[in-house]
Amino acid sequence: MFDLKQASASYNGRVVLRDITLSVRPGERVALVGESGAGKSTLLNLLYQQHRARAALIPQDPALVRTLSVFHNVYIGGLHRHKSFYNLLNLVRPRSREVERVRPVLRRLGIEDKIFTPAGELSGGQRQRTAVGRALYQERDVLLGDEPVSAVDVHQARAVLTAINEAHGTVILAMHDVDLALAFTDRVIGLKGGQIVLDQPSSGLKQSDLDSLYQN
Amino acid sequence: MERSGAFKTSLAFIGVAIVCLLFADIEISTLDPWREMGRMALGVVTPNFLAAGLLVEALVKTVAFAFVGVALGGVIGFALALVFHFGPVRWFSAFVRAIHELFWALIFLQIFGLTPLTGVLAIAIPYGGIFAKVYSEILEEADPRPLAAVPHGASAAAAFFYARLPDAWVHIKSYTFYRFECGLRSSAILGFVGLPTLGFYLETAFRQGHYSEVSALLILFYVLIASLRLWLKTRLVPLYLLAAPFFLGAGPEISLANVTRFFTQDIVPYPLRAAETLDFAALGAWADWMWQIFTTQALWGIVATLILTQIALVASGALALVFFPLISRRFFGPVGRALGHGFLVVTRSTPEYILAYLFLQFWGPSMLPAIVALALHNGAVIGHLIGRYVDEIPLRPDAPKGLDLYAYEVLPRVYGQFLAFLFYRWEVILRETAILGILGILTLGFYVDSAIADIRMDRAVFLIIITALLNIGVDALSRAIRRKIRLTTTPERT
Repeated sequence: MFDLKQASASYNGRVVLRDITLSVRPGERVALVGESGAGKSTLLNLLYQQHRARAALIPQDPALVRTLSVFHNVYIGGLHRHKSFYNLLNLVRPRSREVERVRPVLRRLGIEDKIFTPAGELSGGQRQRTAVGRALYQERDVLLGDEPVSAVDVHQARAVLTAINEAHGTVILAMHDVDLALAFTDRVIGLKGGQIVLDQPSSGLKQSDLDSLYQN
Repeated sequence: MERSGAFKTSLAFIGVAIVCLLFADIEISTLDPWREMGRMALGVVTPNFLAAGLLVEALVKTVAFAFVGVALGGVIGFALALVFHFGPVRWFSAFVRAIHELFWALIFLQIFGLTPLTGVLAIAIPYGGIFAKVYSEILEEADPRPLAAVPHGASAAAAFFYARLPDAWVHIKSYTFYRFECGLRSSAILGFVGLPTLGFYLETAFRQGHYSEVSALLILFYVLIASLRLWLKTRLVPLYLLAAPFFLGAGPEISLANVTRFFTQDIVPYPLRAAETLDFAALGAWADWMWQIFTTQALWGIVATLILTQIALVASGALALVFFPLISRRFFGPVGRALGHGFLVVTRSTPEYILAYLFLQFWGPSMLPAIVALALHNGAVIGHLIGRYVDEIPLRPDAPKGLDLYAYEVLPRVYGQFLAFLFYRWEVILRETAILGILGILTLGFYVDSAIADIRMDRAVFLIIITALLNIGVDALSRAIRRKIRLTTTPERT
């Protein structure tokens, strides 16, 4: 469903991605690994541009509205499902129907108790999980995540990744934690200096196989 | 020795002001200025609150006009802010805010008569222009990331209300509250053209020489402004807004014939009105007419306005530099600071127009009352802002004290900020200078007022347009200078 042929991208005149050829089939769970600056975020954004209407994106920065509650921030993920007028009503006063739809999402992510807390008052990990909640609430069949668990502990990370995998047919995640990447995906793509240097099923891979990605 | 841009700019402005002083009329023309001042001073220490009903009515009306005017201005400004990227909207906003509330009031008086609508629009329209600019800046500065995270397919309106507005809302709210305080002052001076707000009662009391009533009115006004934070609660605002329109009072009925006549006849330049067809002869006569007014009135008005503005600007700066230590804990103890705060609250809460009116009664018509009034008010506004800023500067424990501290440690650190504040006030001072002409000083407002007194609205509107253009020009110059010497603060919103 995703197809890139010799794609390149540059940012401020600097080439970030070079000659990327890549295809991802529906149902695949892919991890993008590589050191920071290798081009993972740029690649994710390229892929997102291909299927904006089908894919939910978890940006690296949570990009929450600090003055709105967690509930409203997650509800933003569902804006496209309702008429603007209804959205306005819900902004002024949360509808109980919507609250009950958002609540289970937050429960899975372990932040149900924060549902009416302004996003500006959350810790880093809670903010990140709110951003994940917003993506889950979009209810798309594809999810693109840029380091979605970088700010939470391993225990929470597993819960978050399980939730992501269960809710989406196709998943592509940029990750720096190799253990988690191997455990929760079935294909690993390694990036180095803006190029794909590794593309293998996760099952046969060991952590040491990926070490070369992080060496100069 | 290499001098900084800020230093050279300051010297240049001081030089210009000194040259302006040579041409300025600053004599005291009353026979015995001390006697009137003495009577006023006596009034200040013997405020008369006996006419309580009247005083309360004046204040309630002042608050009501401020509420309705600022709220309507906020709605207009918000709507304009949404389309502010559109060139004509920006020009329109710049134009309407370049015209002083009192000029708007004088115009609307001709259209709607002495009705509440006149007062409300006189505040709402220029404030709408200001709000449009500031709101659009606030919206632009809002965190852009949440907007990018809105899912594909959500409507633009939903995205705006969920991902853009909430982040900006806090700033919009606090700026609007700050503007409400200005709105109270605007509302107060609308009384000077006959609307039932504070200025009306003030002028009446003054005319009759009831100085104790004047001071009672002013004291209540200061209390009203000083206690803003206590009674202007977010939760209560809807209640106030619902109630305010009912306290505006009633005026004569608006005559539709008047409205039509104003737009179709009164403001149409005389040569065009007189001409039977719109041919070259008529256009030529129109050009003659404009040239005539420009050379015999506008030009002199512009010269006087600029002379007064430049002197008042430098005097405001000088006073601000004297005033700011008064409220800083680096320079004064609790008692001194309390006195300093009291003095600055009084001088900055009193509109320039009222101060100028007072001094004019003492000293007679010349530029002197205007200079002192503008310098006191604006000096206090800037002094207050700088004083608060000074307390936040971290100083080393062994810093010197007193004048050495002021000259070596504090002034060099705050000077850039100070100049930025001062240049922001430049346009404000010019607006006020023009309007003070209504009091008899020969600035642009004098010619506007005379034209209205002669019922020549075409001439008045032409002069007001010139005033607005002058204001826009000074604003652009101020921005260019700030950019040149790199004063990149936005103090207006503090």
